[in-house]
Amino acid sequence: MKASRFQSQDHIDTGRRQFLKLSAATGAGLTLGLNLTTRASAQAADSPALQFNAFVNISPDNTVNVYIKHLEMGQGVYTGLATCVAEELDAAWSQVKCEHAPVDTEKYANLFMGQQATGGSTAIANSFTQMRQAGATARAMLVAAAAQRWGVPASEISVSEGQVSHGSHQASFGELAVEAAAQNAPAPEAVSLKDPADFTLIGREDLVRKDEGKQNGTAVYTQDVQLPGMLTAVVAHSPRFGGRVKSFDASKALQRNGVEQVFEIENGVAVLAKDYWTAIKGRELLEIEWDDSAAETRSSGTILSQYRELVDEPGIVAEREGDVASQLNQGDSVEAVFEFPYLAHAQMEPMNCVAKVDGQRAELWYGCQGATSDQMAIAQLLGGKIEDVKIHTVFAGGGFGRRANPFSDYVLEAVRVARGAQGKPVKLVWSREDDMQAGFYRPAFVHKLSAAVDDQGMPTAFQARLAGQSIMMGTNMESMSVVDGVDNASVEGLVHLPYQVPNRQVEVHNTQAGVPVQWWRSVGNTHTAFSKEVFIDSLARKAGQDPVEYRLSLLKHNPRETAVLKLAAEKAEWGSRKLPEGWGRGVAVHTSFGSTVAEIVDVSVQGTEFKVERVVAAVDCGIAVNPNIIRAQIEGGIAYGLSAALADEVTLTDGNVDQTNFHNYRVLRMNDMPEVEVHILPSGNAPSGVGEPGTPPVAPAVANALAAATGQTLTRLPLRLT
Amino acid sequence: MAYTLLINGESHELDVDGDMPLLWAVRDHLNYTGSKFGCGMAQCGACTMQIDGQATRTCVLTVAAAEGRNITTIEGLQSPQGQALQKAWVELQVPQCGYCQSGQIMSATALLEQNPSPSDADIDTAMSGNICRCGTYSRIKQGIKLAANAVRDNEGAA
Ligand code: FES
Ligand code: FES
Repeated sequence: MKASRFQSQDHIDTGRRQFLKLSAATGAGLTLGLNLTTRASAQAADSPALQFNAFVNISPDNTVNVYIKHLEMGQGVYTGLATCVAEELDAAWSQVKCEHAPVDTEKYANLFMGQQATGGSTAIANSFTQMRQAGATARAMLVAAAAQRWGVPASEISVSEGQVSHGSHQASFGELAVEAAAQNAPAPEAVSLKDPADFTLIGREDLVRKDEGKQNGTAVYTQDVQLPGMLTAVVAHSPRFGGRVKSFDASKALQRNGVEQVFEIENGVAVLAKDYWTAIKGRELLEIEWDDSAAETRSSGTILSQYRELVDEPGIVAEREGDVASQLNQGDSVEAVFEFPYLAHAQMEPMNCVAKVDGQRAELWYGCQGATSDQMAIAQLLGGKIEDVKIHTVFAGGGFGRRANPFSDYVLEAVRVARGAQGKPVKLVWSREDDMQAGFYRPAFVHKLSAAVDDQGMPTAFQARLAGQSIMMGTNMESMSVVDGVDNASVEGLVHLPYQVPNRQVEVHNTQAGVPVQWWRSVGNTHTAFSKEVFIDSLARKAGQDPVEYRLSLLKHNPRETAVLKLAAEKAEWGSRKLPEGWGRGVAVHTSFGSTVAEIVDVSVQGTEFKVERVVAAVDCGIAVNPNIIRAQIEGGIAYGLSAALADEVTLTDGNVDQTNFHNYRVLRMNDMPEVEVHILPSGNAPSGVGEPGTPPVAPAVANALAAATGQTLTRLPLRLT
Repeated sequence: MAYTLLINGESHELDVDGDMPLLWAVRDHLNYTGSKFGCGMAQCGACTMQIDGQATRTCVLTVAAAEGRNITTIEGLQSPQGQALQKAWVELQVPQCGYCQSGQIMSATALLEQNPSPSDADIDTAMSGNICRCGTYSRIKQGIKLAANAVRDNEGAA
């Protein structure tokens, strides 16, 4: 344990150097050695891995190494992508190892985004075919090598569980690796893929996860990276967003034993020391005067009251169908205003990043989520070339969106600090307080929803007006998300309403605030699902109808939401299971990231206190590559959304963030965790996302359950009974 | 100042300020990085180690206060309860990101060492100081029960 876990490229051992030489031609493999378990098992010196394609290496020792182009942050992407490769390769699951691919956009782009990046619940969806093809082409090369070796037709050779065989001939992948890697690689489209009926790994419940070492402390996160001569840095940031250093005095800090350097960077003052504690102590001794002339000095209450005024006015039209205005002016109408606070991601591992800068060259080690954009931003900052920025990706201690920052905030901060550290590697560490107060929150929003209903209580018109900050405008994602002044990330979930309403209009006000905002697990759906699903329940109540039946009657043309909602209702025994006195039950269904999730929630209420007792979820996410991980993601998505429903809230007073740590930014704990049951709808469709879609339905389902129990319709998060 | 820390049965000399929390001494100076930093103020449990058999938040326990006591980190977890928990964690696929899990297992170990058959309420009480933002709480609870059964079965057999 005491050996340095990470070695910079200047310190590689001989075996590793050989390995690097072998794989240098392809550029892959540079991350080997980053992960202890991999390093131990790959035995690079005696058993160099042979490159089959950008995603697959096979070693003579029979290890199949899969390069994972997405960040493993708990969502199970190591296991999921490796399953797709191993399925078509016909590998034995036990011989498969994973490691993060290097940052190389050409080879490892997210096929939905055109850049190397993890997000939008796309990991499996964009890689499903690509990974299967990677496995199938490698398999074809193994078969070709065996055919050559045995002098038999390739078509007669079979492969199973990592063994290639023909009649009395048999060879392991490892035995064939050298000859197979020398074969011509077929074009990915040229290989045929399995019929889903023949899957042996995809769909399995019992595959051991490949992100190993999380039960014994050996899994390596950014926080654990140790490099020879490394310093730890903390940065004093402006207490207000947009504040600047006016002047500072570092003399006391520099007197503290162990503090090595103090200097100003663009967004604060960096303190570098031999360890984290010393750096923190040094930072406490800094005297800094801040220039707040460009800072946000409003309170969140002021910001939200401005939003409440805005939603009374027409905004930019995001969607228009039929004629809403005339309908709203005649018949019976319903109206509600919803309010959503800023939210911090509060992932367990506060942001951090290890960087070593040498002129225009940089080498970084961290849980890298926005790979291409981080790499470009670093190269631009240093005035160097993309190829001069080397990124080693390690596990992330959660992310929920935070690690892919549109401005590479924490990454560039680390590079700026490392640039001042005279070539020494630097581990930038944010304290929990730094992390909580650094912004890039889920934006605060206000929605005003209005509907006109006919004499059956069915909606004839639906209008939504939203006010909040756009996440994508001004970022390099703008062109993907913003059309004619409308950021899809603001309105997704309310446009293209699944419910059949003939006249619809969605409008948005893009507000300006100095509070930086960012995607937060399920992005716009974090708020749109809430207003939509609470509002539809209000309409059902007004119509005197059962909320599930009411939804189903509006979903007749939508077989997918219908099937998912029916499955959840059946499993939860909606309408037939009797609830104890004082309990309520609520439902919500929502489609995001290509997947549909319905959740049915039971709450118990005592006075103004309540507890979420049980959640039954149903999900349609296409082919279930790994049902166990899908369930885990839905469970986790529910817990994350429930945390926001019950407690999470960032507030500002005169521009200062009020929350600092988990004592005043309350998150879900075990005693609040309900029983959760997840049911997966069988499907033959291409896989869609599961990391995020579990989150949106839970808060509205809880609100609807509370309404059923108490008659109070709650329209503000977090939920508070009165 | 020089301190001697007894970690996982091994004695370590180190020269740090006595007010340094044990977590940072262990992580930054002794390179046992299995214990994690999550909050620094005894709110999240990520830094949990056993001190003389008690689950302890080491982000607020100073090196000076830890000297002379028996410190166990996730790396040195050897009790039957600890090992059964680690096995259950893999079997039930408890960890997602995994960052909280060293702390979860250390807290759960202390629980099972003191209470071989914890009820749901006992588990909630013992574990509510450990935050998991990935929301693995249900599986943690199942894992503790599975491990408790395994330890009892084993003792029954022995
Ligand atoms: S880091 Fe010690 S309790 Fe959070
Ligand atoms: S597994 Fe990620 S915080 Fe618990």
